[in-house]
Amino acid sequence: MSRHPRLWLGATLWLATLPAQANWAVNMSPGATEVSRSVFDLHMTIFWICVVIGVVVFGAMFWSMLMHRRSQGQQPAQFHEHTWVEILWTIVPFVILVLMAVPATRTLIDIYDNSESDLDIQITGYQWKWHYKYLGQDVEFFSNLATPRTQIDNQAPKDEHYLLEVDNPLVVPVGAKVRFLVTAADVIHSWWVPALAVKKDAIPGFVNEAWTRIEQPGIYRGQCTELCGKDHGFMPVVVEAKSAEDYAAWLAERKAVALAEKELTGKEWTFDELMARGEQAYQTNCAACHQPTGEGMPPVFPALKGSAIATGPKEGHLAIVLNGKPGTAMAAFGKQLSEVDLAAIITFERNAWGNKVGDLVTPQDIAAFKQAQE
Amino acid sequence: MSAVIDSHGHAHGPARGLMRWVLTTNHKDIGTMYLVFSFAMFLFGGSMAMVIRAELFQPGLQIVQPEFFNQMTTMHGLVMVFGAVMPAFVGLANWMIPLMIGAPDMALPRMNNFSFWLLPAAFGLLASTLFMEGGGPNFGWTFYAPLSTTYAPESVTFFIFAVHLMGISSIMGAINVIATVLNLRAPGLTLMQMPLFVWTWLITAFLLIAVMPVLAGVVTMMLMDIHFGTSFFSAAGGGDPVLFQHVFWFFGHPEVYIMILPAFGAVSAIIPTFSRKPLFGYTSMVYATGAIAFLSFIVWAHHMFTVGIPLTGELFFMYATMLIAVPTGVKVFNWASTMWRGSLSFEAPMLFAVAFVILFTIGGFSGLMLAIAPADFQYHDTYFVVAHFHYVLVPGAIFGIFASAYYWLPKWTGHMYDETLAKLHFWLSFVGMNLAFFPMHFVGLAGMPRRIPDYNLMFANFNMVSSIGAFLFGATQLLFLFIVIKCVRGGPVAAAKPWDGAHGLEWTVPSPAPYHTFQTPPEVDERSRLH
Repeated sequence: MSRHPRLWLGATLWLATLPAQANWAVNMSPGATEVSRSVFDLHMTIFWICVVIGVVVFGAMFWSMLMHRRSQGQQPAQFHEHTWVEILWTIVPFVILVLMAVPATRTLIDIYDNSESDLDIQITGYQWKWHYKYLGQDVEFFSNLATPRTQIDNQAPKDEHYLLEVDNPLVVPVGAKVRFLVTAADVIHSWWVPALAVKKDAIPGFVNEAWTRIEQPGIYRGQCTELCGKDHGFMPVVVEAKSAEDYAAWLAERKAVALAEKELTGKEWTFDELMARGEQAYQTNCAACHQPTGEGMPPVFPALKGSAIATGPKEGHLAIVLNGKPGTAMAAFGKQLSEVDLAAIITFERNAWGNKVGDLVTPQDIAAFKQAQE
Repeated sequence: MSAVIDSHGHAHGPARGLMRWVLTTNHKDIGTMYLVFSFAMFLFGGSMAMVIRAELFQPGLQIVQPEFFNQMTTMHGLVMVFGAVMPAFVGLANWMIPLMIGAPDMALPRMNNFSFWLLPAAFGLLASTLFMEGGGPNFGWTFYAPLSTTYAPESVTFFIFAVHLMGISSIMGAINVIATVLNLRAPGLTLMQMPLFVWTWLITAFLLIAVMPVLAGVVTMMLMDIHFGTSFFSAAGGGDPVLFQHVFWFFGHPEVYIMILPAFGAVSAIIPTFSRKPLFGYTSMVYATGAIAFLSFIVWAHHMFTVGIPLTGELFFMYATMLIAVPTGVKVFNWASTMWRGSLSFEAPMLFAVAFVILFTIGGFSGLMLAIAPADFQYHDTYFVVAHFHYVLVPGAIFGIFASAYYWLPKWTGHMYDETLAKLHFWLSFVGMNLAFFPMHFVGLAGMPRRIPDYNLMFANFNMVSSIGAFLFGATQLLFLFIVIKCVRGGPVAAAKPWDGAHGLEWTVPSPAPYHTFQTPPEVDERSRLH
């Protein structure tokens, strides 16, 4: 233990806070919107109906089990049907169901009212990250898992939001009706935030609609809920609701960042700068499949270390990263990443883990390649 | 025909050696093989559940990596559904239906042999994928496209052929049950006199014939997409990934009733026996089973409330699903009324049967909750669903199978099983199973998605409880193996009718049931009480 004092300290601290953590969570939360509260009410209503029926039926069974035993010399009755009782216990449950269906229908109609939104956001599921695009705002970004690998591999203590934290959360204004246009780029994903009671499947080639109106500023966390491959458990959803002013400020900042990012394409990059940026971008976008070591997981995810493409001519390497490989998990990153990141990643891949091509791919090369394709 | 009828008065025993089992056309031998095979698959699928629960014992990745975890969840589901539960019920049908209706054998004995021997081939093929490059199926037992087509490991083709073999086997088994029940009943035995186990199996067989070809269709469409350039499930080529789900669940929803209706039938025999009182509402039981079977065809999209079906579709499937509660309720009320003012005793079959009624009903309650579409948006694809279907399948289907096994073991082996050990098996299974699956309701409601190898700390404690329960439940099943072996090898001699409250033709033949029974049909008249 003395060799890892910080780890030990972290574990002790974590243990000390155990009672404070909601490790025994037992129920759905009422959530943060009107819809989520009516869903919660439906959930509790049907739950209590079930409890009452259960108490009556199981009560009768336990009464029989305790009082009508052969060991107590009980003589069995011989009745075996009773028309009125049978009709009654067909009709009564039916009536209960009709009564339950009424509020459920009302809530469902409300959930399906996607009209008159104040803000439209396109959500695209990728293996294994989310992409958010603010329609008409020129703001878009990816949202990746932010939990460090060391926590997943138990080399560091896990923090409170373990696996439910991202680098770029989806930011929305409170009080506004936000409409989500949900789709996917590869397999089916499902975008879920429990506090908003929004769960919508992201289906490649189709667009689903959902909406929410958050009342209080805060951070709301969820996860992908449709099995989407290896890292299905590692693509959380984080929504940050901000006041109208804070949201406007965030949006302006985001636009400025996007602009600065675009200008980077024109900058003169050195080999070392590209390698540094490339390593980072590689970890975020490529390492899940091709692994931090570049060794991949053959045969599904091929190795890049010493691969023919990563050590061959530039054009082939650009083509596969930008256009992907149809019929495999290799996505077309040309539209996903900035020219700088593409250039940095490709430069990194050609010169890391013992790959020693020595050349450097600049953002201008990427732009030229894209132009040639069009 | 009369020339081949054996009329020289002595019973023919089984052939000797291995070939007895390979070539047998005897319904008892084939029933035994089905039951042994299904128990082997139960342990195989169960050991994969142990891997899953070991990984989920604590947050963080400890034992397996996500890609192998996904293979475990997928194979666990496939093996349990197609390898353990379904063959177990076919085994029970083979053994018991001819004995219950006074038939000398199944109507199509050679096909019976073939349909069994397809199963080891199918599961050998399926299990071999685990050792292939790229691993076995990793897309969940529901194998949604395009994860199971474009993005699947190469072994998916073997998976498709394995599913085809299982489907052919099931369809042949179903045809055999229908032909037997409709043609080979003892003279005078009317349909409405049949034991409920025969009734529920007859209805199950029709469900099988209706939906197994649909399953074969959907995997064939996958095969075409993967190898022959079609685009059934790819939007890029004009197809639709959601089409896959519609076709799959048109098979999948009746499939869940295929796995539970025969258990309903067995429990409807066991509860009256140990209550020493006739089954309450026999006629309504038959009609309720028929109603459930019919409704099972028009509710499939309740598995797909979040895929974006239109509001009217959503409402239709919500209402239709809620309706299933009515006939299911009738059944539960009938079982409870059968026990009411009976003279109850609690031998192992009764313990499992009573636990079946209570715990299956809990699974039914969570099913009713899941039917409420707006609430389903919160439950869908979380551990709440995992809790729900394990409550209907483990204490439902599997407790139904255990109850049947203990109930009929004396008839099969000629010995009484060890009642003390059997009760221990029940209580350990009962505690383990509830410990494993009840907390899953909590973590699901609190927001834990299913099919994930790692989770946030707020789910940690209940997951640990679940894992402990699962280990207990898993280990306990070895006790069942021991009890059965002990019973086969010896034990107190069983009478022809070892349960004083039992009714039915199967108790009129000696225990163990001779190799050939009812070569002369038994006498059945209007007043005979067979259930």
